[in-house]
Amino acid sequence: MKKYLPVMLLAGTVIIIQLLTLITGKGFLLTQLTMSTWYVIAALGLCMVMGYAGQISLGQAGFFAIGGYTTAVLSTIDFSARTGTSVFSFFDSLGLLLTRQTIYGDTVIYLSPWAALIAAILIAGLTAWGLGVPVLKLRGHYLGMATMGFGIIVNRIVVGTKIFGEADGISNVPPFKMFPGFEISGKVGFRVGNYYFAWLVVIIALILLINLINSRAGRALKALHGSEDAADAMGVNTARCKTAVFIIGAVLAAVAGFFMTHYNGGIGPSESSVIKSVRYVSIVAVGGMANIWGTLIMGMLLNFLSLRGVFGHFDDAVFGIILVLMMMFMPDGFIRKEVFYSIKTLFRGKK
Amino acid sequence: MTPLMRIENLNKHFGGLHAVNSVSFDVQKGTIKAIIGPNGAGKTTIFNMIAGYFQPSSGEVHFNGKLITGMKPFMTAQQGLLRTFQNLKVCKNLTVIDNILLGYHTRAKAGFISGMLSTKRSRREEREALEAVLPLLEWLGIMDKKDTFVGNLSFGEQRSVELARALAPNPAMLLLDEPAAGLNMHETEGLARNISELKKQGRTILLVEHDMGLVMDISDEIVVLDFGVKIAEGRPSEIQNNEDVIRIYLGGDDA
Ligand SMILES: Nc1ncnc2c1ncn2[C@@H]1O[C@H](COP(=O)(O)OP(=O)(O)O)[C@@H](O)[C@H]1O
Ligand SMILES: [Mg+2]
Repeated sequence: MKKYLPVMLLAGTVIIIQLLTLITGKGFLLTQLTMSTWYVIAALGLCMVMGYAGQISLGQAGFFAIGGYTTAVLSTIDFSARTGTSVFSFFDSLGLLLTRQTIYGDTVIYLSPWAALIAAILIAGLTAWGLGVPVLKLRGHYLGMATMGFGIIVNRIVVGTKIFGEADGISNVPPFKMFPGFEISGKVGFRVGNYYFAWLVVIIALILLINLINSRAGRALKALHGSEDAADAMGVNTARCKTAVFIIGAVLAAVAGFFMTHYNGGIGPSESSVIKSVRYVSIVAVGGMANIWGTLIMGMLLNFLSLRGVFGHFDDAVFGIILVLMMMFMPDGFIRKEVFYSIKTLFRGKK
Repeated sequence: MTPLMRIENLNKHFGGLHAVNSVSFDVQKGTIKAIIGPNGAGKTTIFNMIAGYFQPSSGEVHFNGKLITGMKPFMTAQQGLLRTFQNLKVCKNLTVIDNILLGYHTRAKAGFISGMLSTKRSRREEREALEAVLPLLEWLGIMDKKDTFVGNLSFGEQRSVELARALAPNPAMLLLDEPAAGLNMHETEGLARNISELKKQGRTILLVEHDMGLVMDISDEIVVLDFGVKIAEGRPSEIQNNEDVIRIYLGGDDA
């Protein structure tokens, strides 16, 4: 299984980093590392859409927000006032209603985040499908504008709607008790567990994406990027391919948003902002476009530095500048397979 | 014998320009048919209508007993009609082998889910695809370039990749739009040999070509277009002696 070797190296690195934080007593760094990891999953989704399939999307943060807000809304509804309603008995019969105590000692009955996870995936997938079918007919900057419009719409809805908490967002989202002894939450006791869980999700996503990239469908995606006419002429249903990859990208972002919201205990409208979408784009660009490893490395690095506050007041500007520089000087990305290939053949002395 | 392809009264208007004017002809299975004519005669436009890139203004194309007008390009490919392009369309972000495997797309089925899960079927199809296309690389002499990105190849080699890609699914019919365009004399000779070889294999080819020598050598039948109108059709010897054709080619500015 040669193609999974990098994944195993990654798993080793993940363990080493955790051990290093343990030895040096810097366990608190795991918090930002875990958050970066969730952002990276959304970036990996965009990497497929933009890097591999060549379909620019400036709305990735919108899908992240869909995942996050879906669970923020669903898991903060208090069902204790609704006992006896048919909705209540429906969820109850499925075993999807849980109880918890608020800090004031009141008992709250809430919907299991498992249900919210499924809802988040479905809503993101269906939105991507509904948006993708008409919008992916557009190309280049027209597609960029249209997807950016989608991102702005999500942002405005979130900011302008009461159930989404308007400008404050939604806080006190309960932990996601996935199985006995483990929950997705920001509690110190679960810090190491959450760190490893986030990486587990990344590794599963990576394996699926690596498989995809090396498959017939993945080749069709890359061909779409290289020459849409050629792909079409070889029998690739380009419209369906684009929609499919758009859905994959959206679902990954929604899953990331879902877990991040439970990890942080809430979500705010800034997660859906266009500037967040630009971040994802610049990460994919600097990572080398059609390069999931580049996206992973640059995504971890830039998000971690950003979350640690290294960029200070220039946080958003840094990502903007990276994007501008990339587009001006290296429109094909920074970490490019072709470059590696040329270097490799150079040393072998072949032409 | 019913022809493999039947083109009936095909018309195409671009605004006021009547680019293709009531053109009809048949292509018999196992033969090579060439469309010739001066630049702008409408040859590529006919190709684009057959392959689904343009909707004809009127007229029909039947292939294998099926009406294929109105089909999108990917659907005509699924019918077994594979084309190359006059102005070369290869995927420069893919290696030679991946470009050619792309041609095999219609022969396999594994979709996104199978791909992500790397199912047995997906892996089996990939192996079958490789087995099917490697002989093509061998044949075209590009085996040593298998893992090179297509953008790093010479123009002639890129043309070979495009031809191999179209041949990958073992298509029922090939549409070659000026396959010799941009090739040097040596490469053109190689191409002629390859096309004769394809002819020996019994393949059906519809060809647009400027190189008269090539066309006369390899075609079974020739259709001559001028300003969108078919002015002659027949065997190479008949076309060579056709007065209208001689007039166009001697009076015209290119041959
Ligand atoms: N997409 C198009 N829009 C407008 N005019 C076109 C288009 N494609 C071709 N034409 C015109 O149609 C005529 C035939 O073109 P074409 O089929 O490319 O000729 P050929 O391949 O025989 O050289 C030319 O006058 C050309 O300018
Ligand atoms: Mg032409």
